[in-house]
Amino acid sequence: MSEFFAMGGYGLYVWGSFGMSALLMVAEPLLLQRQRREIITTLLRMARQKRGEARTMDEGVIE
Amino acid sequence: MHSRLINWFKFSSPATFYPLAGRLVPWFTWGAVLLLGVGLYLSFFVAPTDYKQGEGYRIIFIHVPAAWMSMFLYLVMAGWAAIGLVFNTRLSAMMTSSLAPTGAMFAFLALWTGAFWGKPMWGTWWVWDARLTSELILLFLYIGFIALKSSIDDPRRGDRAGAILILVGVINIPIIYYSVQWWNTLHQGSTIKMSGETSMDEVMLITMLIMTFGCWSYAFATALSRVRCIILERERGTTWVQELIEKEEGRGA
Repeated sequence: MSEFFAMGGYGLYVWGSFGMSALLMVAEPLLLQRQRREIITTLLRMARQKRGEARTMDEGVIE
Repeated sequence: MHSRLINWFKFSSPATFYPLAGRLVPWFTWGAVLLLGVGLYLSFFVAPTDYKQGEGYRIIFIHVPAAWMSMFLYLVMAGWAAIGLVFNTRLSAMMTSSLAPTGAMFAFLALWTGAFWGKPMWGTWWVWDARLTSELILLFLYIGFIALKSSIDDPRRGDRAGAILILVGVINIPIIYYSVQWWNTLHQGSTIKMSGETSMDEVMLITMLIMTFGCWSYAFATALSRVRCIILERERGTTWVQELIEKEEGRGA
């Protein structure tokens, strides 16, 4: 098994290349999922605020 | 002619494209996972050892796909940018900006894996070689596009400015592609020739093509899911987004 990681002496270079690629190609989808959640929660908060304002307007708060 | 035109434009509105992209993402995601899984297995356990570079050459199975993808995604961006400028369709501009980060990642990976391959084989991480330099310029173009878009408040003007930058930069792609023929470069000449016979071991070639399609499928999965985020953000004032958000609220997203 260990000679597999040695890659005939090129281990650092082969695993440096594949490792960085794997790191980025896993990180990007995770960042995308987080970005999607953030947008939805922001839009939800804005929608709730708008509903909140609408309610106070209806209850004749304006003097 | 009339009905065909309408059909074609049916999916060009963000509202109709959003669910379509949503249905496509899982297919491209699983396609990428499958292809990259098989590709990686072939890369390490099936592809033969190289007579000259031993095991070190296996970096080719990520270096070449990344480099091809960095150029291919830029061309797709240029296509969308041109359509966006001509037809003034918002969705084309959204597609352009959804591809940029993934394209930048592949350009960076092409440079990174190239350097990690160059160090053992050429004895240096970097050299101002025609191909390496033009690929570096490609990375700067991607980053410049992203920075330009984020620095312009009005999305519509940002779209136009971004599209113009991409189209101005598209000349760089043939320069990268033909750099190995125009200048005598340290970088390898094009081994995979569309025209002539490809001087490469059969199994190595198949492995590299599988990895390339895996990266291609990955790029579409990320671009389509990112365009959905962009659509939500830019269309947040519309009723269909409000309804979608209420549905999400119901599901406790």
